[in-house]
Amino acid sequence: MSHAVVPDTHAPPRPNWLRRNKLAVAPWLFLIPALIFFAIYVVIPIFESLWLSLYEWNGLYDVNGNSTAVWVGLENYTKLWDDPNFWTSLRNNLAWLILYMLAVPIGLFIALFLNQTVTGMRFYKSMFFFPFVISQVVVGLIFGWFYNPDFGVVGTVWKALFCEETTNILGNVTFKCSRPAPDILSSLEWASYGIFAAGRWPQIAFCMILYLTGLNNVAADQIEAARLDGAKGWKMLWYVVVPQLKPATFIAVVVTVIGALRSFDMIAIMTQGGPFGSTNVLSHYMYEVAISEYGERYGYGSSVATVLFGIMLFFISYFLWRMYQDEKGTR
Amino acid sequence: MFPKPIEKSGPKAKAAYQAFLPFALILWLLPLLAIFLTSIRSAADINSGNVFGWPSEFAIYDNYAAVFTQSAAAQYMWNSVLITVPTVAISVTLACLAGYALAIYKFRVALPLFFLFVAGNFIPFQILMVPVRDMSVQTGLYDTIAGQFLFHAAFQTGFCTLFMRNFIKALPFDLIESARIEGVAEWKIFWYVVLPLVRPAIAALAVLIFTFVWNDFFWANVLTQGESAKPSTAGVRALNGQFVNNWHLVSAASLLAAIPPVVCFFLMQRHFIAGLTLGAVK
Repeated sequence: MSHAVVPDTHAPPRPNWLRRNKLAVAPWLFLIPALIFFAIYVVIPIFESLWLSLYEWNGLYDVNGNSTAVWVGLENYTKLWDDPNFWTSLRNNLAWLILYMLAVPIGLFIALFLNQTVTGMRFYKSMFFFPFVISQVVVGLIFGWFYNPDFGVVGTVWKALFCEETTNILGNVTFKCSRPAPDILSSLEWASYGIFAAGRWPQIAFCMILYLTGLNNVAADQIEAARLDGAKGWKMLWYVVVPQLKPATFIAVVVTVIGALRSFDMIAIMTQGGPFGSTNVLSHYMYEVAISEYGERYGYGSSVATVLFGIMLFFISYFLWRMYQDEKGTR
Repeated sequence: MFPKPIEKSGPKAKAAYQAFLPFALILWLLPLLAIFLTSIRSAADINSGNVFGWPSEFAIYDNYAAVFTQSAAAQYMWNSVLITVPTVAISVTLACLAGYALAIYKFRVALPLFFLFVAGNFIPFQILMVPVRDMSVQTGLYDTIAGQFLFHAAFQTGFCTLFMRNFIKALPFDLIESARIEGVAEWKIFWYVVLPLVRPAIAALAVLIFTFVWNDFFWANVLTQGESAKPSTAGVRALNGQFVNNWHLVSAASLLAAIPPVVCFFLMQRHFIAGLTLGAVK
């Protein structure tokens, strides 16, 4: 180097501690508000819940402001083991998980159907996405009415197919049906499927929009190359397009799993777990146990929540592991 | 492009496709259309089972006015606004700060902290229910608007931070590097360099969080009791009990509760979809 060494005029002889460690301190100043908030409302409550699941507590405090919780160890879990409602809910959760997953391929097929550029396509795409924007409460009410055997669409269609309209001498209209209209949400057999169908509607819309975006980014040259090689239809879809949609599929699966395990709104609105607890899932059962008209059972509710959390933790670990692999790749 | 553009299959195929689209759409939105038709009918039509036929009279004004006069619908809607707007403001602000810290600085716990936010965003809410409810009761936040927006803001911070961190990470790092060499203070880099660049992310997050929180039902049940703090989702449920079998009123109320997120979606569609798919499909 032929340059003379120029004395560093920027740095003062002894900068104070804060200035020297600027790059180490700054991130914490930016992080602290979010961390405090997140710790108070999310991180700490998780541990409190795990801890509470070892107590029996009705949520009350004595006059001195001390909690009336009683340590019972693993008793809540042994009770859970013998609780038929718990097992029904768990089984329904698994059914939700599997049936909800159908939203992913259905979403893909609707996306393929809509991935055209004819006029007005933007309008159709956003209308197909519509159900995702509406709250689950409203979707639940819509379907609850849709299934209603007296006033709803199912009832109306049924009457048109199987019933004869007769007007008696007083002018009142009565229906004579060869088979009574099915009351889907009160039937032990069909109620769960009725709710799945309603829950999948917005979920399909979500998967569809992910895939539409994904299809936009599929490499055109690979498609053309595969076309020249004679690939088309299913083969093209499976070997060329689907592998390129992997990131979209990953998110669709993640969000669908979370949606399936969190599903609360639809059940609370449509059946409240009934008939006879047959449509309950853990997320709703937990709420029912912890805050019910028969007195609050915070400890038992927490043990149900802990089981649900355990199931979710399995998936969360997998998602995080996948994200970690990606992070390592980008560095 | 896959599937093959329909134009290449000839004008007939294209015409058939275009003719089929409206049918597909009607079929897809059938429940929604049916409930809209119900909300503009009179009670007489509902009782006689006239669901798809021409309404015997249009009661659109009567039904929607009845929802407001016979129930606390206006209060519920206003509560929803009071809960959603502060939630969006707080969580997006916190996420900009935290996302910046996690994306720009290289420190050992950056990745674990980032994963903490991601994981917190995936957990089932039920694990938080009892402690958060208990804490709200203890601090006097139970059955208040503030109790709800504070919780929502904290919870949504997880998702927002995930989103912001990835967005900022994708910005060219040279910008920050050169600002540092110029001797610009760290907070000024955040304010003058990064913040203007993340505006699209802020817009996307704002619409998404608005929709998520507006549509929340679980926490509305856990953290409120009376009419004074209930948002529209829980309100619609209450109306459903009040208007038993008055389906024309229930459907009008449901549609009213759905209007704000729907309007928000159609106005900010580009941001909304970009937001949903950004973290996902880069």
